Amino acid sequence: MTEATATFEVRRSGAASIVDIHGDVTAASEEVLMGAYEAAGDARAIILNFSGLAYMNSGGIGLLVTLLVRANRRSQQLLAFGLSDHYRQIFELTRLDEAVGIHDSEPGALAAAGTR
Amino acid sequence: MDDVEERAAARDATHWAKAVSTLNVSEVPAGAVNLNVTGKRLAGPIQGFGKMWQKTYQVRLPRERVSPADLISTWKQRFPEFWPEGNMFYAPLTGIEPGEVALLNMTLPGKMKLSTGVMVLYADEESFTLMTPQGHMFAGWITFSAIERDGCTVAQAQVLMRASDPIFEAGLTMGGHKQEDRFWNHTLRAVATHFGEPEAEVDTQVVCVDKKRQWSRWRNVWHSSAIRSTLYTLGTPVRAVRRK
Repeated sequence: MTEATATFEVRRSGAASIVDIHGDVTAASEEVLMGAYEAAGDARAIILNFSGLAYMNSGGIGLLVTLLVRANRRSQQLLAFGLSDHYRQIFELTRLDEAVGIHDSEPGALAAAGTR
Repeated sequence: MDDVEERAAARDATHWAKAVSTLNVSEVPAGAVNLNVTGKRLAGPIQGFGKMWQKTYQVRLPRERVSPADLISTWKQRFPEFWPEGNMFYAPLTGIEPGEVALLNMTLPGKMKLSTGVMVLYADEESFTLMTPQGHMFAGWITFSAIERDGCTVAQAQVLMRASDPIFEAGLTMGGHKQEDRFWNHTLRAVATHFGEPEAEVDTQVVCVDKKRQWSRWRNVWHSSAIRSTLYTLGTPVRAVRRK
């Protein structure tokens, strides 16, 4: 496996866990992303903050699908904010937006998660 | 936007397909059947019916024979040549480039002909990804990549998919998985042979990512390329008479 080039920092906000993403998300990010997901624990919603995303390839999109399956298994909502217009289009293209709620801001995502 | 962000944005614009609502085949190559592609939406693993699988096929080649970038460049250019006999991949005339659509005419068990396609979702120097449309056997994507590891160039095909509908799910259970494994094993061996390593072993890893079937997606059967291809084949004599 090639070296991971992204970091995933987890913080708690009410019943939601927010994952701040920085760097390039690729298939090599699997271990760190899943580690962050485990650190997010039993939160009612997992909110991905893409504001610090530099780049994501198709391997990274695949990881998000795997993450979604895990979240569904635990009855957790998966939400996102901070996506650039370009990555919003990628979410639409891959139809990931049908399963991941996309919001403009962190307060918007938290409100949708019903945690504030 | 700073320089780093601008460079990242430029990289993205080149590597990803532009957003499309439905697929369009600009030019049909000679001999290809354009069925079950034009007007269809893309369908990822989220839109599929069956269990979700991640299948990884890898073959290792000596680094001195080929670099990851050269391997991917060759794989893109000669993609159809590496497929098993009886299965046709009609590459876009412009090659494997983001947003381009390729037609597939395949032979399934029982010599059943199936026409479908794929769109190039993503392509860079060391990987490319093909995504399926509605009605394809699988809803998902397959990524072809190459990396350098321990002095070797590792070529990989990784599928992330669900069977599109209940019929394809039944087919997968009744031998379809084995057939798919054989298909990609053949392809990777053909790639290895091209680079002078015909004895290279293909490593296969299969992970069931989600054991649940998405029953709410059973209606995907309406788009089934198997049913539509069969009806098309049955209608061939009628179309021939009409043309006279």
